[in-house]
Amino acid sequence: MQATKQDTKQVTNQVNSGRFGVYGGQYIPETLMSAVQELEEGYFHYKTDPEFQRELDSLLNHYAGRPSLLYFAKRMTHDFGGAKVYLKREDLNHTGSHKINNVLGQVLLAKKMGKTRVIAETGAGQHGVATATAAALMDLECEIFMGKEDMERQALNVFRMQLLGAKVHAVTSGTMTLKDAVSETMREWATRMDDTHYVLGSVMGPHPFPIMVRDFQKIIGKEIKEQMIRAEGRMPDAVIACVGGGSNAMGAFYEFLGDSSVELIGCEAAGLGVDNPKNAATMANGKVGILHGMKSYFSQDEYGQIAPVYSLSAGLDYPGIGPEHAYLADAGRARYVPITDAEAVDALEYLSRVEGIIPALESAHALAYAKKLVPTMRKDKIVVVVVSGRGDKDVAALARYKGVNLYE
Amino acid sequence: MNRIRRAFHGKKAFLAFLTGGDPDMETTENLIVAMAESGADIVEIGVPFSDAVAEGVVIQKAGERALAAGCTVDKLFEMVRRVRTKISIPLLFMTYMNPIFAYGKERFVEQCAACGIDGIIVPDLPFEEKGELARECANRGISLISMIAPTSEKRIERIARDAEGFLYCVSSLGVTGERSHINGNVAQLIEQAKKVTSIPCAVGFGISTPEQARDMAAVSDGVIVGSAIVRLIAEYGKESMGPVSQFVKRMKSAM
Repeated sequence: MQATKQDTKQVTNQVNSGRFGVYGGQYIPETLMSAVQELEEGYFHYKTDPEFQRELDSLLNHYAGRPSLLYFAKRMTHDFGGAKVYLKREDLNHTGSHKINNVLGQVLLAKKMGKTRVIAETGAGQHGVATATAAALMDLECEIFMGKEDMERQALNVFRMQLLGAKVHAVTSGTMTLKDAVSETMREWATRMDDTHYVLGSVMGPHPFPIMVRDFQKIIGKEIKEQMIRAEGRMPDAVIACVGGGSNAMGAFYEFLGDSSVELIGCEAAGLGVDNPKNAATMANGKVGILHGMKSYFSQDEYGQIAPVYSLSAGLDYPGIGPEHAYLADAGRARYVPITDAEAVDALEYLSRVEGIIPALESAHALAYAKKLVPTMRKDKIVVVVVSGRGDKDVAALARYKGVNLYE
Repeated sequence: MNRIRRAFHGKKAFLAFLTGGDPDMETTENLIVAMAESGADIVEIGVPFSDAVAEGVVIQKAGERALAAGCTVDKLFEMVRRVRTKISIPLLFMTYMNPIFAYGKERFVEQCAACGIDGIIVPDLPFEEKGELARECANRGISLISMIAPTSEKRIERIARDAEGFLYCVSSLGVTGERSHINGNVAQLIEQAKKVTSIPCAVGFGISTPEQARDMAAVSDGVIVGSAIVRLIAEYGKESMGPVSQFVKRMKSAM
């Protein structure tokens, strides 16, 4: 069913309900309810506090390096021969991805709420590094939970977090990847919440996280709109971003929800292919379910056991998707497409050679779809692709994928 | 008086938990009978879930073993149907929302009622989300058990007033698992609940020794023990009927 422009904006703006249509909610153990309600109260208080906003803006501008560039990819545009391509360069942020936007917001909030310790899950390590960074900056104790398998895939990021003063715990339960790291961080939070804030890394989890993380990320779309109007005097025709939990995509899409002429496209990880069990394409293969505090789409078997998912990119290796994306998909306001490992690797190599930008494997999923879509569009159209992170962290995994033996 | 209320009538109840299908369905069936015969007043059967966020490592691993051994909701229903012909104490399912949701809420509760399940405990269904399953349970006469925790504070009365069957009082912060000290103020928690409800209050999370069972029973209407039993099952596998029976008897006699 197609929702009208008005509907979409209205429902996603219902800040206190914690629901996006039927999605979202607070499906968490009773022990955690008080922590989540305290957070809800704290967030909605500081959200409208001018002093908080001023401090956050200052951190974003003078520490993280915002605004990030909106770069016209001239060679890529010429090569594709279709729409004009602009890249939103979140890879240029401090710590190398969009994750810092959310983390600065949440860690500042935690500090204001009197917390002295932050904990976080991480998949690829980008969110863990960002959290450790903000915790170092604001002098908070920091502990990161990371799947044992991911620690092996992203050993450099583990060392980076330790360098920043964080303690990194290996999660050995379940599939030993991102979903288990989320579960383990929730368990840790239930054990100690008086002095501890859980810095959730994406637009997922129980209310208020999906709304709060989206609010901290919506600066991406806000800047795109301003920069695009300055550069081209008009709105883009499409915005493309990769989706795991979906924070960079939600941040990029949110500003455009009411502008129905702007097509919003999320690219999810299809791993070895949507028909192969080794994939993480939640929208393509998942069903509605309940996990990690939220109702949304999840990859699962007929009995509701969460399916082990796979993607070469550890950051998209999650069996669910944020509830607002589930809502936007049902409402027809955004669409979600699967991209395979091979397509993402190809796009990563392409951007590296054509524009001299090595994107993160996650972001390469968005570029891979642009590579398919842009050549089919007219030259007077404009597409924005979000480069959510830089690819430095992926070079070792990429070398392994290509069978290159690296001596680091 | 329904079966759950009767289990608390005139005595302190002992609620024994085990993970369904660990190490296999036949052993689970035998263990339920053995625990009932050894004095368990209610048995909670854990329906394994891949991502059990309220569980400590002992019950997580039991769930993994059960799933690897092929446990499914359908096989659990069959097992409960068989065991129901042998014992009359209340049987509860403890599971997470997703296995229920995937099976179909209506269908799940209908099957529970048909095979003789008395109540369902869903740790990731707090008061605010109870509507997800409350109507289905009410329609079939299944008690949807509510939980309160040391952090519930202002929420306690609201939750207790609405509770049915019994009130599950979480003893301390964190997840399930044995603890050397129960540090939450359980007595106060229960006192607050009792102001607004007459239903029994049972304490769970972290209880593993007869001393703890005695202390907790002194301030409540019943004691719930999971990880300590599951650990015995992990150790003795198919041969765990003896050790588990002895353990249940020891705990029950301390209360």
